[in-house]
Amino acid sequence: MNNLEFSLLIGACSLAAGLLGALTGLGGGVVLVPLLTVLFHVDIRYAIGASLVSVIATSSGAAAAYVKEGFTNIRIGMFLEIATTLGALLGAYIALMVPTSAIAIVFGAVLLYSAYLSGRPQPVVPVDDRPDPLATRLRMNGTYPSLDGPRSYYVHRVPTGFSLMFGAGALSGLLGIGSGAVKVLAMDQAMRIPFKVSTTTSNLMIGVTAAASAGVYMRRGYVDPALAMPVMLGVLGGSVIGTRILARTRTSKLRLVFGAVIVVLGLEMVYKAIWGTL
Amino acid sequence: MTGAEWTDRRVETIVGSLLRAGVILSALVVLGGGTAFLVGHGMELANYRVFRGEPSELRHIRGILRAIASLHSRAVIQLGLLLLIATPIARVALAMFGFAEEKDRMYVGFTGIVLLILLYSLLGSA
Repeated sequence: MNNLEFSLLIGACSLAAGLLGALTGLGGGVVLVPLLTVLFHVDIRYAIGASLVSVIATSSGAAAAYVKEGFTNIRIGMFLEIATTLGALLGAYIALMVPTSAIAIVFGAVLLYSAYLSGRPQPVVPVDDRPDPLATRLRMNGTYPSLDGPRSYYVHRVPTGFSLMFGAGALSGLLGIGSGAVKVLAMDQAMRIPFKVSTTTSNLMIGVTAAASAGVYMRRGYVDPALAMPVMLGVLGGSVIGTRILARTRTSKLRLVFGAVIVVLGLEMVYKAIWGTL
Repeated sequence: MTGAEWTDRRVETIVGSLLRAGVILSALVVLGGGTAFLVGHGMELANYRVFRGEPSELRHIRGILRAIASLHSRAVIQLGLLLLIATPIARVALAMFGFAEEKDRMYVGFTGIVLLILLYSLLGSA
């Protein structure tokens, strides 16, 4: 395949990944690396480098729209970014040291787990309206807009959330994904932050987290411009279209289809990593 | 709204515009470099099967800028990607400025830590 055909094909696949990622809320990054490695036989290090930059693009693009709505809490985001960026640096340095087959196996496991998470019904988190002393000291409690005016909320279990965020950052740095699912899990389930605040703040954090590991990857020569170009432009375009049509699409069936794609790609990745054909 | 909340909202609005501008600018640079690359090298064979690592002029800011001076299309794309990585970093710097204006020392400190980590990642010793 020559560069022109390759770029067009990768661009089209990335567009589809970005579109499905935005529609299902799972993010496009999680399928990019397996797509590039399993289907296009790209070395996993180049794939991770290209995926990371596209994660920054989609996160920043979406966050630009979200911050203006007033749901994001920049204090929570900034405090937790200490954990995610440190984790991302650690993840990126681990990725430089371990064999690529090990990265592929971890990646496959994460794919299978995220498919499981998306298929499971969302657990309902009880509202806790007593203030938590540590969160209060850190001035994290805030308000979000609702139909009856601003509604206030309290943040809880800061240390648990902080540790989970470190893990999310490490996964992001190791695998080149946004790990938005883990971030939302930490904020929504552990810290009891309202869902809309969790998702929008998580989105804002994904770009900063990915930037922390992208710097390391670029300095090590893992970011190939000619490969990253169609991936980044495709995913960005797909996610912009996806967020535009999200309001008038029913996504439950789509989530199922996307979940199945993720399972197949995850199994294929583990299989190929074990047999050494990746 | 209290003064701090008002400043928070104002900073968030500026942050939103900054993020959008950063993404659009980097996408345009990547698209320009990518078009030039495909015009010049579109018919060459694509091969990413074997990892060789990028040449050192595509790894560091100074090298990328030097390669652009000699109209290297791959270096133009890399500059676009560099702008993309710089966008969230600029966002963090802007947030630090906002917290400083609110005289919120604790958060100026937190933001400073994040900024240092990010700068270390991008510029740190290879």
